[in-house]
Amino acid sequence: MKNSSNNTNSLTDKDVQHVASLAKLALTKDDIKKFQKQLSEIIHFVAKLNELDTQDIEPTSQVTGQENIFRDDVVKKSLTQKEALANTKRKYKGYFVVDAIFD
Amino acid sequence: MNESKHEPIIGLEIHMELKTNSKMFCGCRADWFGQEPNTLTCPVCLGLPGALPVPNKKAVEWCVMLGLALGCEIPLFSKFDRKNYFYPDLPKGYQISQYDQPLAVNGWLEIKSPTKTTGDEDTSDGGEATTSTPPRWRDRKRIRIRRVHMEEDTGKLLHAEVDGQKCTLIDFNRSGVPLVEIVTEPDIRSSEEARIFLKKLHQIIRYIGISDADMEKGSMRLEPNISVRELKSAQNTSEVTRLPAGRQGRGSSDGEGIKEDLPNYKVEVKNINSFNFAKKAIDYEISRHIKLLNNNEIPPQETRGWDEKKGITYSQRSKEEAHDYRYFPEPDIPPIRWTESQISQLKSQIPELPDQKVHRFMAEFSLSEYDATILADIQETAKYFENALSITPGVSLGLSRGSRITPKTIANWIINKRADITKTTPEELVKLISQKSQVVQMDEKELEAIIKKVLSANPKAVSDYKSGKEQSLMFLLGQVIRETKGKANAEQVKQKLVQLLKYPGV
Ligand SMILES: [Zn+2]
Repeated sequence: MKNSSNNTNSLTDKDVQHVASLAKLALTKDDIKKFQKQLSEIIHFVAKLNELDTQDIEPTSQVTGQENIFRDDVVKKSLTQKEALANTKRKYKGYFVVDAIFD
Repeated sequence: MNESKHEPIIGLEIHMELKTNSKMFCGCRADWFGQEPNTLTCPVCLGLPGALPVPNKKAVEWCVMLGLALGCEIPLFSKFDRKNYFYPDLPKGYQISQYDQPLAVNGWLEIKSPTKTTGDEDTSDGGEATTSTPPRWRDRKRIRIRRVHMEEDTGKLLHAEVDGQKCTLIDFNRSGVPLVEIVTEPDIRSSEEARIFLKKLHQIIRYIGISDADMEKGSMRLEPNISVRELKSAQNTSEVTRLPAGRQGRGSSDGEGIKEDLPNYKVEVKNINSFNFAKKAIDYEISRHIKLLNNNEIPPQETRGWDEKKGITYSQRSKEEAHDYRYFPEPDIPPIRWTESQISQLKSQIPELPDQKVHRFMAEFSLSEYDATILADIQETAKYFENALSITPGVSLGLSRGSRITPKTIANWIINKRADITKTTPEELVKLISQKSQVVQMDEKELEAIIKKVLSANPKAVSDYKSGKEQSLMFLLGQVIRETKGKANAEQVKQKLVQLLKYPGV
């Protein structure tokens, strides 16, 4: 998160609002205060990792050790339209329906 | 407008759907176009909880092949990442894409630069090349490719009105279709260069056969980014060849490549689906920026849409926040590690590409660059040409004496569309050409004797012709050709015939 302050500092109001808007959450003033404190605590906690000496440790993004897991380009059966739409409340002529998006 | 003082800086992002059988991370059919909505989905491409995406091997390999065809380096290690944003066409809340370790980096594509040519489109005797090593033409320019990576397409949104309510309909058939993104460095300096680049890229993609790249179906989508820099009086254009620079900026991930004196803003125009619209949108942006700059304003950095009816671009909502994608490595997909031999194996699967073909046609068959380029434009045409050549006696051995058909003759027939190659087999074409270009095999005297004989046997036709009845000539011609038993070339018989009709005494 580029706006977030470094491990030593706390999050600002703005940081919280930014994260909330990315998550499409509407927060009240009180919410912001509350989350500012909670999120800062989490960041401080995670910042403890910085105390570790990682000098000789290779960075990795996964620990399973797996590589090159592929599938062949073969078509499998899809869900039916009815199945695909089974869990939505709003549908129309085979489509999912959401509030109008303007772009 | 004060074009001379300003220089457009243009980069391109191109998205292209691969024509694999199945989708990128699941087994649903990828050919979504024209299908009933939401009939090609499964838990993976609907983003249902617990579904596990598994990459399509063919798609990944094709992406690497395209990278290789574009002169890219293929890092031996690559991985997928999650690009997080909310939009209704993205059911998972993230797109599986590639961030800092794409499949291919640092390539280039050479184009014929419109600004450097001197109207040489028709140098029909430019075919001096005698070796198969491509000459570096002076009017060429390399556009560096920053990266080529693999991702997945989104669902398709439809804006509609249901029960009087405006709403958006979603079809997830397209969700998860393999999508390749190609990003250039900002090396393009005019809308025409952009168009030429795109056409060439399109051609290469079609040659490799990995995508229909059908603009109308949206399987290829274009996003130019444009800014304009003001040139100081002393400074000329930036045409300084900057080719090798990209090579040094290794692994330029999603960074800016080489930082040079680029404007500190850029405007992206989204989702353009034709080369001409891309050109128009770029031109529109260039003049819009110049106007602003002349007013001492810096055009705001933003994303704009293209209105094809009005021929203008328009500001879309500022998306500064949307650009915080919080990429992180896709934990569900283990990374990819290639061996050198896998890469060279993939390289060997790339067919001869347009440029190579043009060079070979020029060197091997002494065709002009112009002819060779037209023949190589579409792979099928080139194949047809070579098929026709291969069954033309003598030609393939360079012995053009026995047969009068040269590669140039065949090329001309195809280029000038003297035969419809969709309906004529190469065999038929060669036969047709040899009929038309048959040489007189009897000597002049013999032909003359036959003509004289025919003329004296048909006094009426002769006098008809002399009184202006052109049809009689055709009649006489037919008689002569019958007498020669097809051994003479019709055109030459005709010339001789007319000559003898006019000057019978000669
Ligand atoms: Zn699926």
